[in-house]
Amino acid sequence: MNALLNVRPRSFVSRTLVVALLAGVSLSAVAETRVEDPWVRATVAGQPSSGAFMRITADTDSTLLSVSSPVAKDVQIHEMSMTNDVMRMGPVDAVPLPAGKTVALDPEGYHVMLMGLNGQIEEGDQVPLTLTVKNAKGETEVVNVSAPARAAMAPMDMAHDPGMTH
Amino acid sequence: MNEFLTRRQVVTGMGLLGLGLLAGCDGSTTALDFKYGKDLSNKIMGRTFKLTDTDGEVKTLSSYRGLMPMVFFGFTQCPAVCPTALARAAQIRKMMGEDGKTLQVIFITVDPERDTPQILDAYVKQFDPTFVALRGSLEDTAHVAKEFGVFYEKVPAGNTYTMSHTATSFVFDSRGNLRLGLSPSLSAKQCAEDLLTVMEVC
Repeated sequence: MNALLNVRPRSFVSRTLVVALLAGVSLSAVAETRVEDPWVRATVAGQPSSGAFMRITADTDSTLLSVSSPVAKDVQIHEMSMTNDVMRMGPVDAVPLPAGKTVALDPEGYHVMLMGLNGQIEEGDQVPLTLTVKNAKGETEVVNVSAPARAAMAPMDMAHDPGMTH
Repeated sequence: MNEFLTRRQVVTGMGLLGLGLLAGCDGSTTALDFKYGKDLSNKIMGRTFKLTDTDGEVKTLSSYRGLMPMVFFGFTQCPAVCPTALARAAQIRKMMGEDGKTLQVIFITVDPERDTPQILDAYVKQFDPTFVALRGSLEDTAHVAKEFGVFYEKVPAGNTYTMSHTATSFVFDSRGNLRLGLSPSLSAKQCAEDLLTVMEVC
């Protein structure tokens, strides 16, 4: 760097580059919502809806505002809760994504409901999902993921039980 | 197959207590001591229901006499607890080996308006081909839910609805006496252990 700084014109170029690089880094930091292990539950013929599940980690305090998918006419975010063995279900407006905390959208809590499916979702299908996330500064970010469809039987502790493999 | 449970293992464990319990098959519904589930032996509930299976045949509890019916209420558009409970039931059946053949899983829909016989049949059979689904009119559904003390309600969701409902699995002995309530929080293995206790009685 010292050699570069000694030569004025080049120093300017180098500085601009550094600024640009820094800007690039900070831009990508803003756009840092990580989606892991997305999947959709496969359906049987005629079943009009299904659920999508994933783990989301945002870098800053963010909010998952909505999800859309070409496979369904209406995509909503629902929350499930269990009290005294009564399962309660209902739509929520948004899901808080605290900075650095992995939020699970799984059968035990929040999940994405694909309602009014355009067709059957078969095991192995790739379902495109588009997540809209708002960060702490109020900027929105769009995250596209492709979620494989898993069989209805799949997401059980069965998968971890070597005795039950077929 | 370390997760394989048979009746023999449970009988050995129960010893003399098991012999005492065997008397329960005379129609009396002595309270049972379950390790994980809730004893429902003395509850007057779930005795009468009359619903239609996916082939259009009318079914009552006595249609499953000699089997160990396990009844779960749900709906096919249920994203979480229903597929989890049915997948667990399929796992329990396998885990119980030969004994598992007497376990008759019965899925009763709380959403008969949307759950057609065709959808119901395909839905339950993807978990296990022996599973059956029953359905009734809105009135029948309300009646059977009341019989079991099961809560359910529609929850508005955009232009459509989702549902809240009780997620207990209700188990009858082979004489048609209600015996056991299994919470959705229990594992397949825990359920299988309690089911074997039911089988020892009747």
